[in-house]
Amino acid sequence: MSSSHSDTIPVRVAAIESVTSQIKRFTLEPLRGELPAFSGGSHIIVVMRGQDRVYRNPYSLMSSPQELENYQISVLRCDPSRGGSAFMHEQVRVGTELEIAHPVNLFALAKLARKQLLLAGGIGITPFMAQLHDLRLTRVPYELHYATRSPQHGAYCESLARAEPERVHLYHDCDRHFIDIEGLLSRQPLGTHVYVCGPAGMISRVLDTARALGWPESHVHYEKFAAPPTGEAFDVYLQKSGISVHVPADRSLLEAIEEAGVDAPYLCRGGVCGFCRTDVVGLDGEILHNDHFLSAEEKASGKVIMPCVSRARCRKLALNL
Amino acid sequence: MNVALDRMDQVYRGAYTFSNSPAAIRRFPLPFPDDKYMYSVNLEPHTPGPKGSVIEFPIDCDEHYVAECHDRAIVIQQDPLRIQALPHMMPAQWDTLELGMLSLSQSYPHWFTLTRQGRQWHWINRPLGLNQKFTFGDPSTLPYEPLEYITRQLQGDWIIMDQRDNDLWVEGGMVTGPADWSMDFDVGMSFNEWHGPVPLGHEMGVFNRALKYLINLRLGEPVRRTNWTMTVNPKLDTSPHNYPEWGPDRASVTLENVGRKLHLRTELQGLWRLPRSNGIVFMVRTYLLSLQELVTIPKWARRVHRVLRDLHPALVDYKGLTRHRPLAVQYLAQFDDGSPTTPGTAPE
Repeated sequence: MSSSHSDTIPVRVAAIESVTSQIKRFTLEPLRGELPAFSGGSHIIVVMRGQDRVYRNPYSLMSSPQELENYQISVLRCDPSRGGSAFMHEQVRVGTELEIAHPVNLFALAKLARKQLLLAGGIGITPFMAQLHDLRLTRVPYELHYATRSPQHGAYCESLARAEPERVHLYHDCDRHFIDIEGLLSRQPLGTHVYVCGPAGMISRVLDTARALGWPESHVHYEKFAAPPTGEAFDVYLQKSGISVHVPADRSLLEAIEEAGVDAPYLCRGGVCGFCRTDVVGLDGEILHNDHFLSAEEKASGKVIMPCVSRARCRKLALNL
Repeated sequence: MNVALDRMDQVYRGAYTFSNSPAAIRRFPLPFPDDKYMYSVNLEPHTPGPKGSVIEFPIDCDEHYVAECHDRAIVIQQDPLRIQALPHMMPAQWDTLELGMLSLSQSYPHWFTLTRQGRQWHWINRPLGLNQKFTFGDPSTLPYEPLEYITRQLQGDWIIMDQRDNDLWVEGGMVTGPADWSMDFDVGMSFNEWHGPVPLGHEMGVFNRALKYLINLRLGEPVRRTNWTMTVNPKLDTSPHNYPEWGPDRASVTLENVGRKLHLRTELQGLWRLPRSNGIVFMVRTYLLSLQELVTIPKWARRVHRVLRDLHPALVDYKGLTRHRPLAVQYLAQFDDGSPTTPGTAPE
């Protein structure tokens, strides 16, 4: 079994628009041929080759799955940025060439849903932008509830509301107008699937409310890309490769392993999919688990780690890589 | 691709005129990399293999292409339930059609041509004499639903799966050449239900590992594996529905005819992530090789003799080999002088 990505797709930045003061929308076109088809909810990994390091960040595709001449992504400038979003905002120009990995969908619409309820907070709107294109082709009823700090912070508020006023509901914190999650989830018809993408607090509120109201787990979907947190520097020993790697404070464990030339498996780079799960073979401190994949027991065991987002507070961590 | 489609008059039923040319024998995908066999999650990237091999292209088209498509048409005519797809699988049907047409036209441009202008597609299949203009995404512009349309023109069985709840669901397929399983019976099942009858694998955790791997299968990075069994007479359609047709043949094998009648049956299985549906398509491409064809390759004769002789009893039973394995072992023993076999599956 191969764990590495065999191909990336070379693309050129065809357009950059400032959507809000913090969000830019990038249009990416292929250098040759056409881009792969995808389903709404998919993300791509954008590979950015900076001067002294490579960034690989996941971004949801927001353009229509029916239009494959280009892809569009929105990049929120994180403050402080670990580098990727700042690179996109400051270094990338129209004409810049980047590489992307094939789309992956970890946030797919359930095809058997009787109704689709989409809940977006802030930049979490992006996967839904593509899904709305898919939903318009189905006969399944759907609603989007989209919360932002203010109309100025709401990328795409206006265009969405104008296109489908009866299906799109906007909320702005500045108006003290919030999504009534409990009310909304308690009056849905049987067979409704709910999807949430947004800040961590919003996601937990939706998950907790759904659980409390007795929603089946299979009908509740969320996407939460954790940016790899920074932390203290530490050292890791890769047992199979026989090398030691230093993980600086501002690099993720996965990034440090890659920079050392070791090919480690990954898929989402956001602690969601479980693909990079790696066995820990030695540890003289504690693991700081930042993923949403491992069970509480697995985390407590200290025997596995997801290097894309997790770190260690120790002098020495040894991995089966 | 130098293999001609010149064996189109062969049949997989009745007089069983099917046979392999010497070139087809040498490219047969032997499913045994070692002299012994046990299940494993033997998945590997479905990347292009050596020129002329069955994995040179993503979807192999060989000298049996026309004959196999004819055999499929006969089976569907007799039993229309061999092709099924649940309503929500329509996007996966189009994905499969796209995969088939792109792959064939790129691999075999002299036989297949695809021209696309937006959603207006034009497909030419010269071996089967088909010329079809249609609108991608609009089933009313094709003579059959997209999965049936394309799989009537592909060798092998094709199953489409939906992915949800961290599982894969068998919710459509064209299955006219199964090794004793039924699409009609299995449609709607989860991955583990579908594999329920397979012995040992569950205890070994093979299916849970495979499922976990497949759930993360990536677009543009298909994988493949092989599986195998044995079939009496070169019959593709060994389905439970028509067991009365092929079951009795199993009693007809003797030491005199075992070389001609008994066939090693390799399934080259391919799995692709589908782009629009986020489903997975599962190809089960069957290759048949009679024992008398097999023994023309001395290394293979020795290896298959050893595999069959030492096969785990549960697998002997599950693969339906109980009755004729002793004859096969006895027949192949004459070609096994005990000398070692070289690693890998290549003829020598």
